[in-house]
Amino acid sequence: MSATLSGAAAGRSDACGGGWLGRVDPRVRIVAATAFAVVVVACDALPVLALALLPALALLAASGLPPGPTLRRMAAMDSFILFILVLLPFTVPGEPIFTIWGFQASHEGLAQAVRIALTANAAILALMALVGTMEPVTLGHALHRLRVPATLVHLLMFTVRYIDVLREEYLRLRQAMKARGFRPATDRHTYRSIGFLLGMMLVRAMERSERILGAMKCRGFTGQIPLVAEMRVGAADIAFATGFAAVLAGLLAAELALAAV
Amino acid sequence: MPLFELSDIRFAFPHRPPVLQGADLVLHPGERLSIAGPNGAGKSTLLKIMVGLLMPACGRVVAFGAPRREESDFHEVRRRAGLVFQDPDDQLFCPTVAEDIAFGPLNLGASRAEALARVDAVLAELELTHLRNRITHKLSGGEKRLVTLATVLVMDPEVLLLDEPTNALDEANEARLTGILEELPQAMVLVSHDARFRQRLATRELRLRDGRLGPA
Ligand SMILES: Nc1ncnc2c1ncn2[C@@H]1O[C@H](COP(=O)(O)OP(=O)(O)OP(=O)(O)O)[C@@H](O)[C@H]1O
Ligand SMILES: [Mg+2]
Repeated sequence: MSATLSGAAAGRSDACGGGWLGRVDPRVRIVAATAFAVVVVACDALPVLALALLPALALLAASGLPPGPTLRRMAAMDSFILFILVLLPFTVPGEPIFTIWGFQASHEGLAQAVRIALTANAAILALMALVGTMEPVTLGHALHRLRVPATLVHLLMFTVRYIDVLREEYLRLRQAMKARGFRPATDRHTYRSIGFLLGMMLVRAMERSERILGAMKCRGFTGQIPLVAEMRVGAADIAFATGFAAVLAGLLAAELALAAV
Repeated sequence: MPLFELSDIRFAFPHRPPVLQGADLVLHPGERLSIAGPNGAGKSTLLKIMVGLLMPACGRVVAFGAPRREESDFHEVRRRAGLVFQDPDDQLFCPTVAEDIAFGPLNLGASRAEALARVDAVLAELELTHLRNRITHKLSGGEKRLVTLATVLVMDPEVLLLDEPTNALDEANEARLTGILEELPQAMVLVSHDARFRQRLATRELRLRDGRLGPA
């Protein structure tokens, strides 16, 4: 735990392997991602939204993330909203364009679905490229510097740190249950045992959190996570921020121009 | 006929150097086989392979006269060979000691009444009756150790696989455990760092080194 929380990884040391985007100040990246999301959500015109995919893809290229797996993750997100997207053309009233099994799809509904798909994908792509490459510790520190409440930051960092510990504990207990001949079935014994398992994990998680807090206090924890590495906005960061702001302004201008027509 | 016969077992965790590189092991009835070896040598890994919780990359596991390859082959093995884990916290998961000990017999199809009767019998045998209704996660380290032994003994296995059973026991309890194990008729594999304990109990000693088992 000490290694992850000491903040040694904070700052820019995590640029390893990534593209130049990884060297941009984390705070600038978080603000850029947020601004991008706000802009694409504000835009309504389909051509503008399609255009917004370009900077998102450019960010992906600059982040050094492997395109294949990243796009697959994006597709995984799409599967969550797929249901809505498919239903929208049939539920939004308007000018009919085609019919399936007696259900009419409307032009307006289809446009709405495409709009949502473009918005969500552009925003997620930019978020993954800008923030997804950040070490959780760096993200925590950057959020802290951006005046996000410390409680939320701690929650985030501990979740990231301990989710795996919990998963491993779960797997070890399941393994030990198996060693004693446990085979899940649909009976009372199974439900009881799984209930015990989850309960035990909860109890242990709470006890562990107390032990960890104790250990942290022994090392001088007072509610602040000490910062080792410094974050400084340099010329390159300002250049990136300016360029990105120009792109966002361009998108907004295009949106306004199209709306005026 | 040997109870266990492992030959040329090779195993590596994902993205890690190999742990076992051609380990062979034979366990005969009535034998108490001890395995020593440095930390991280792969002793616990080997025990888990014996009951099919980990699958070797290659090599043969023959248990109770039949080759075991798939998960389903190991259901019987787990019934007949009881594994006591190195860390009791990995094993105890029910709220109370009695419930945890009853878990195994229930898995074997015992009724609740039968299971509880066996719980009481095994607790009496190990002189642990005073722990019967205690909360498992509030036991001391040594108490947990003894309870995990009970959770396995209650299933009446033909083979005991004990991963550092004397860990966390005080002298009195260690002596008591040694006595209990000495009296048990089962064949066992004892993984232990305690040379005295091994000498006292083992009928044959092995050492795990560089992924292979050799004479101590
Ligand atoms: N779940 C796991 N994932 C990855 N590596 C593991 C895992 N479990 C164990 N290892 C590694 O495999 C090696 C063998 O571990 P194992 O637990 O079998 O050692 P051991 O001989 O029982 O050691 P000890 O005497 O400390 O109990 C170690 O290097 C360990 O780090
Ligand atoms: Mg071990």
